[in-house]
Amino acid sequence: MSSSASTHRAVPRAVWWIVNLSLAALFLYPFWVVLSQSIKTPTEAAAAPPTLFPQSFSLANFGKLFSNENGGAGFAMQLGNSVLVSIGATLLTIVLSTLAGYGFAKLRFRGSNLLFFATLATFMIPFQAVITPLYLVLHQIGLTNNLLGLMLVYTTFNLPFGIFLMRNSFAALPASIEEAALVDGCGILRAMVRVLLPVAIPGVISTALFTFFAAWNEFFAALILMTDQSKYTLPVALNVLSSGTFGTLDWGALQSGVAVTIVPCIVIYILLQKYYVGGMLTGATK
Amino acid sequence: MAPQTSLTDTATSPGASGHTPALPSRRRRSLTKSRSALGQVVVAPALLLLTVFFFLPVALMLWMSLHKWPLLGKITFIGLGNYTAAFQDQNFLRAAGFTLLYTVIMTPLLLLVGVALALLIRRPGRAARVFQSIYFLPVVVGFAAAGYLWLFMAQPNLGPLLDLLSRAGLASHSDNWFGTVVGALAIVCGMVVWKVAGMQMLLLNSGLQSIPVELEEAARIDGASRSQVFRYIILPLLRPTLALVLVFSVAGSLLAFDQFFIMTSGGPANQTITAVYHIYRVSFLGFQLGYGAALSALLMIVLAIVSAFQMLILRNSDHS
Repeated sequence: MSSSASTHRAVPRAVWWIVNLSLAALFLYPFWVVLSQSIKTPTEAAAAPPTLFPQSFSLANFGKLFSNENGGAGFAMQLGNSVLVSIGATLLTIVLSTLAGYGFAKLRFRGSNLLFFATLATFMIPFQAVITPLYLVLHQIGLTNNLLGLMLVYTTFNLPFGIFLMRNSFAALPASIEEAALVDGCGILRAMVRVLLPVAIPGVISTALFTFFAAWNEFFAALILMTDQSKYTLPVALNVLSSGTFGTLDWGALQSGVAVTIVPCIVIYILLQKYYVGGMLTGATK
Repeated sequence: MAPQTSLTDTATSPGASGHTPALPSRRRRSLTKSRSALGQVVVAPALLLLTVFFFLPVALMLWMSLHKWPLLGKITFIGLGNYTAAFQDQNFLRAAGFTLLYTVIMTPLLLLVGVALALLIRRPGRAARVFQSIYFLPVVVGFAAAGYLWLFMAQPNLGPLLDLLSRAGLASHSDNWFGTVVGALAIVCGMVVWKVAGMQMLLLNSGLQSIPVELEEAARIDGASRSQVFRYIILPLLRPTLALVLVFSVAGSLLAFDQFFIMTSGGPANQTITAVYHIYRVSFLGFQLGYGAALSALLMIVLAIVSAFQMLILRNSDHS
């Protein structure tokens, strides 16, 4: 063992392994529960006490989940709503925060600092506090119970962080790069697309990941703003499943629903974790 | 804020862009002008959305809070009536008290687990990175999904977690943890620690990484014990990160809603209703929108104080 890492020997190696393996088991255990529960047969999934390992493999819980018994509007439709709203909000957030981030960093105008400060000030106000008036505003423009409305709301909630990240990305670039592109005869917008955007890609990916996770997992606003079951997103759909409007609560189907909600996040995280973690640290420490 | 380098800056200091040929000054002037015009155009869409869906609702919230504002029916101006009512509303006071209790329990708990995990993964090598990824994994799971998962894990008779604890002799299959405030709170806290600790670990770890190893080594050579190194070197240097992590968990706990709505429904006997949950009930079940807005304004003030505290800490740490 090298002496360069001083905490290295604070804990003996074997103890370190035992502690970490136990903790890893604890952290992974809930994932095992949702996975094993959703691939049990519906009968086994409702067994008391529960079985630790599935005795047989079955996709019947998923079948029940997607068969049309979720209050007239199928789980498949609600999954589609989640995909639509999350991807829509993500794309819109990327475009708007890239534009605004570029503007605030490189195309300054009278009052731009003040506007940027106002954007940052929204960090201080929790969106939970504005949900009631937001409902009324959406109602006025006919966007309550509307997926486009929810998409715009999620975009708005994530814009400040996106603008902040993108402004940082652009501000880090020396003006000479941009100027060189301008001298070569590019317009400002072409200079932005050709020269600046490629350099800002990590910031774009971080913004996209944050917005997607936030929109995909958001519960409170969706619960309040969407009143029609055909407009629900996954977290609210789980709420319908758990309230068991059709007879007794079907725990097997509910856990399959949880699995469907969790799996995309895990896959995306594993594929793009360096951008997610990097973006989070930038956002937290700046 | 960092000083910006822009075309206008380099115009007065040609040395900064020495390797690019200088633009003719007329073109530069018109560029500067068109740049600031373009700047206004590119920030406009984002600001439009923020105005309509954020700044306008904030203003509307403050306006509504001065009114008796039922969902349907006549809106009447009552001044600060809603605010004075809030401080006599036993349900609100109880919700605020419970939110504080939850925050006071959750914050040190998360901090302890976060610090422990951060110290554990502070080791070179692949294994530590894998463990770090595992501890962070629940962070990407949403509160709703995590809530329904843990709700099932702790169900009387059915729940796998209860089953494991029963086999270990620590519980009984028929225990109903959701039947008591202590039990319900414990299972919610367990879920939140599982879901959030990885985030705290990551932030703390990045704080730890910024502490030079030489500093610790020098202290060790001078004869400091490991606990002394932690107490007198790591802890003071980690203070800005610790403060940040604390503010995150305080703000998150004060705004708790999903976990209680999903896992306890505010029960037993409405004893686990948080501030946001109470606002939700007042506004969307009781349709007292004006009163709900006043409670939201109070919540906003509390959160703004917490955020201001955060900025103060970060500013101080920048200059030290």
